[in-house]
Amino acid sequence: MPSSTINPTRMELTRLKGRLKTAQRGHKLLKDKRDELMKQFMDVVRENRALRKRVEEELMRAHSSFTVASALMSPEILEQSLLYPKQSVELDMTFQNVMSVDVPQYRFHTKSQDPGEVYPYGFAQTSGELDDAVDALSRVFQDMLKLAEIEKTSQLLAEEIEKTRRRVNALEYVKIPQMQENIKYITMKLDENERANTIRLMKVKDMLLKEAIEERREETLRATMESE
Amino acid sequence: MYRIAVIGDSDSVLGFKSLGLDVCPVSNAEQARQAIYRMAKENYAILYLTEQLASQLQPEIARYKDALTPAIILIPGKEGSLGIGMANVKNAVERAVGADIL
Repeated sequence: MPSSTINPTRMELTRLKGRLKTAQRGHKLLKDKRDELMKQFMDVVRENRALRKRVEEELMRAHSSFTVASALMSPEILEQSLLYPKQSVELDMTFQNVMSVDVPQYRFHTKSQDPGEVYPYGFAQTSGELDDAVDALSRVFQDMLKLAEIEKTSQLLAEEIEKTRRRVNALEYVKIPQMQENIKYITMKLDENERANTIRLMKVKDMLLKEAIEERREETLRATMESE
Repeated sequence: MYRIAVIGDSDSVLGFKSLGLDVCPVSNAEQARQAIYRMAKENYAILYLTEQLASQLQPEIARYKDALTPAIILIPGKEGSLGIGMANVKNAVERAVGADIL
């Protein structure tokens, strides 16, 4: 059904044809974008799953050591020993452009490079399990950072894919068919007008011809009567 | 320069202090919500949040899901993993593809 508001004029037809061309071009480009995004997204999401599994496992191990440590030590001492961290982390964030989506990339640097520096306490009053827990956490931290990067990337990509998919579908199933329908409607209407015009001209010509014949006949009739 | 924070119950997050991360021990979801809002305004790039709290803070997490910062990343708390983190990965796939194809 063509929308009732369109004018069946030649100008409208040219305009619509131009729009249809743009829409088809846009549709093709968006489709390519969607496919490429999807490809990248699948890679990211696979890595995300694997990394998340690993991080969760390692964190559980760290937690269990920590639980044992907190059972062996009094809460005050535990809190005291972790109160002032020796280590500090600074995070740099840059952006990478994946198919017009900005995704973050993190780079962190610690204040001291020595891995032994993570223990902010003396060993005399703390239990060995606390050392284990801190050690496990410091090892999993690298993966946690990577997880943050990948998970954010996958979320942002998912959003963009959803948007692009909607656009592609709207163009493919609504916009383009509608425009084609309208173009067809205008062409038909214009053709119809053209035919009506031709018929009208033929009719007029017929009438003129008939009149001329009538006139000629009367003239000849008058001429024969005069000659008699 | 961006910062990293860990939000959760104190037993789950205390250990992260030794790594030099900002630790924000909270005892209930309301405090965690306040902390998320505050940190989102400051220059925190990553917030690690325990799944136990995340289960009560879905709207807040959804709100920052499409924002560039902060990235809210779920980690299992000391009670263990609830599978919310994994479910979120699955949700992302469903959102993008329309079906879970993995």
